[in-house]
Amino acid sequence: MNLDQLMSKLLRAARAEPPSGDAPYAFEKRIMARLRDLNLPDPWSLWARQLWRAATPCFAVMLALSLWTFVSPNLEATRASLAADLETTVMVPPNLWEDSW
Amino acid sequence: MGEPSDSELIQSVLQGDANSFEPLIKRYQNRVFATARRYARQQDEVEDIFQEIFIKAFTKLSSYRGDAPFEHWLMRLAVRTCYDFLRAHQRNRETAFSQITDEDTAWLEQFAATPESDHAPAAAKELVNKLLQSLSPQARLVITLLELEEKSVREISALTGWSVPLVKVRAFRARAEMRKILGRVRKEKYL
Repeated sequence: MNLDQLMSKLLRAARAEPPSGDAPYAFEKRIMARLRDLNLPDPWSLWARQLWRAATPCFAVMLALSLWTFVSPNLEATRASLAADLETTVMVPPNLWEDSW
Repeated sequence: MGEPSDSELIQSVLQGDANSFEPLIKRYQNRVFATARRYARQQDEVEDIFQEIFIKAFTKLSSYRGDAPFEHWLMRLAVRTCYDFLRAHQRNRETAFSQITDEDTAWLEQFAATPESDHAPAAAKELVNKLLQSLSPQARLVITLLELEEKSVREISALTGWSVPLVKVRAFRARAEMRKILGRVRKEKYL
C-alpha cells in the first residue's frame, strides 16, 4: 500500500470517530460569571472614554476659533493693539507695582 | 411561547441584557466543544479555548450583521480562535514526532495490511492526532477541516478568511507534509 492510500485510509478511519461535544456540567454558568466580571465598569476606562469624547468638540472649537481669527476683518488692528497691550504689560516698571498695592 | 430565536437573544444582549447570552452558549456549546477538541487534547486547554471563543463572541457581538446565521459567525470565530491557539502553542514538532512509539508503528503496518472494516477507529484517531501534532499549525488546520470535518474548499475559505486559491495551495502542502511524516514513521521502523 503506497503512502497516499495509507494516508487516505487512516484519515477515513479517524473520521469515523468524531470528538465528543459534551460540555462539562454548568459550564455556561462559568462563562457567564467571567462575562459579568468583564462587564463591570472600570472608572479609569470611563474617564478615558469621556476624555476621548471631549476631544472632538474641543478640536472643533479650536478649528472654529482659528478660522474666525483668520477671516476676521479687524485682524490687523487687533494684532497691533494686542502687541501694544502685551508690551505695556510686560514692560510695566516695577515702581508701578507698588501703586497697585 | 417558544424559545427566543438567536436574533432576539442577540438584540437583547446588545440592548444591555447580558443574561440573554447564556441561552446562546447553551445552544452552541456542544458544537464549539467538539471543534475545540479537534485542536487541543488536554481538557483544561479545551476549556480555555471554549471560554475564549465565547468571550470574543460576547465582546464582538455588535459586529455580527445578521446576514448569515449566528452559528456560521460563531463557528468562524471558533476556527480562528483554534488556529490562534495552535500558533501560540506550537510545541517542538520533533518532540511531537518522538511521541509516536514502536507500538504505533507496528499498529500502522498491521492497519495497512488489514481490510478497512477490521480496525478500531479510536486507534486510528489516536495516531492521526499524533501525526497532526507534528504538522505546522496551517497544515494541521487544513487537514482537520478538509479531511476530518469534510469541509469544502469554499467552506474552509469562509471559515479561515483565506482565499480559495490559498486554501488549495495550503491543502496541497499540508497533504505533502503529512505524507512525509507518515513516510518517516514507516521508514524509521526498519532503521
